[in-house]
Amino acid sequence: MFEGISVEKLVAWFGQKQVLNGISMKMGANLVTAIIGPSGCGKSTLIRCLNRLHETVPGARQSGRILLDGRDIYQMDPVEVRRTIGMVFQKPNPFPAMSIYDNVAAGLRLDGVRERRRVGESVERSLKMAALWDEVVDRLDKPGISLSGGQQQRLCIARAIAIEPQVLLMDEPCSALDPISTGKIEELIQGLKKDLTIVIVTHNMQQAARVSDHTGFLLMGELIEFDETRKIFTNPRDKRTEDYITGRFG
Amino acid sequence: MTVNRYRRRKATNLLISALAFLCVAVTIIPLVLILGHLLAQGAKAVNLDFFTQLPKPVGEVGGGMGNAIVGTLTLIGLACLVGLPIGIIGGIYLAEFGQNKTGWLVRFMADVLNGTPSIVIGIFAYTIVVLPMKRFSALAGGVALGIIMIPTVIRATEELIKLVPVSVREAGLALGIPQWKVILRIVVPSAKAGIVTGVLLALARIAGETAPLLFTAFGNRFWQQGLDQPIASLPLQIFTYAISPFEDWHRQAWAGALVLIAMILITSILTRVATKGQHHSVK
Repeated sequence: MFEGISVEKLVAWFGQKQVLNGISMKMGANLVTAIIGPSGCGKSTLIRCLNRLHETVPGARQSGRILLDGRDIYQMDPVEVRRTIGMVFQKPNPFPAMSIYDNVAAGLRLDGVRERRRVGESVERSLKMAALWDEVVDRLDKPGISLSGGQQQRLCIARAIAIEPQVLLMDEPCSALDPISTGKIEELIQGLKKDLTIVIVTHNMQQAARVSDHTGFLLMGELIEFDETRKIFTNPRDKRTEDYITGRFG
Repeated sequence: MTVNRYRRRKATNLLISALAFLCVAVTIIPLVLILGHLLAQGAKAVNLDFFTQLPKPVGEVGGGMGNAIVGTLTLIGLACLVGLPIGIIGGIYLAEFGQNKTGWLVRFMADVLNGTPSIVIGIFAYTIVVLPMKRFSALAGGVALGIIMIPTVIRATEELIKLVPVSVREAGLALGIPQWKVILRIVVPSAKAGIVTGVLLALARIAGETAPLLFTAFGNRFWQQGLDQPIASLPLQIFTYAISPFEDWHRQAWAGALVLIAMILITSILTRVATKGQHHSVK
């Protein structure tokens, strides 16, 4: 049984600047955990630590422990961590030189999977899970970047889930999308929850309230409050959380 | 008041547009003149014989530059073997791992090499290939031209790879793909169309190089006899024929120049067509 992710005393820096200040929280299995907070509070850095992408930026480092199913990810090979923890980014970023099909197949193929049938089945299943299959089935060989923004983002979700990760990180996945596409992706998140543990960073508090089970409120690198989403939005313990969700700042 | 300002804006707009148009015309006119003159002078002497025959001895009319055309193609091929691997892999290094002192040094050296007169590179090839082998050869010419290609290819590759957004690299890494595979299988293909353009520029430049070939490839009046033997090339042949006192040779020199330009043009077009089917990122 997959245990989810637990973060212990995570501190992160960019050069001399400290952006996370001792974060501890648990992202439970098959739950949607939302991380909210004003711009620059460290939300993105937090989830980029979870798949060890933070450390790829020159000058960036971190300390503390992150346990994935009980194992410290900083003792694991980053490639293995990222095969277990997929990610969807703020702006859709399909691989420019690849077709729709190749984009979804990229994770498997570049891991050395050669059997056509297996790749084909994975592409179809992933695109169906990402609710994109019907829209692209007759043009799988067209470039991924020829799709609309909302479709590109669902393509990126399909690409991420094609390698069958256990966790999916989403870094403001709807901030570049229109309301209809946003609605589709939120629906998708509810469906994906069955198979995946999801961590979503969002600017949009209504979105956090709609899609998540747990919510963490981050302010200037500190986790101010972390609880069930219902409690955070109806009865927050901390004054600052209340101010933020009622729109008094941020 | 407002009408007045509107008129002035319109007038300024017209003036600047006219100026821009004029600059474009001034840039294009020499090109058109050169091409036109080449066509007028060279087309007369271009016929089937020109492509298939060897040069005739002095005094005999006719003959062609078949050996020089094959020679130029051979030299370009050899130059690519020397220049492309070093240039492209070096460019990838600079773009991905070159944000340090070594990178700075390589970049600086490439720029210096780019500014080095080609005849100096010819002397270098003479020293490292011709002297030890004790003869002029196609190989020496290829080495000289290959070295001339390196800086153009290295910098073009670097710039074009750098244009691929960080988000694309991160998407690759986040899929659990090792960094080297992300670079070779995702980033480089995204920059392919641009890299091809850079390579074509380098090819166009070396195809017309004459000076470094004088004492490396040397020239040859016969068909190619092997890569370790002297070899003919179009620029050298054009040079020899153009400074000769014979009317017929002058015509052939013009024809050679026309063929050389046409070869470069056709290569560019073919490569464009071949890479067009791929989806490029760098718009």
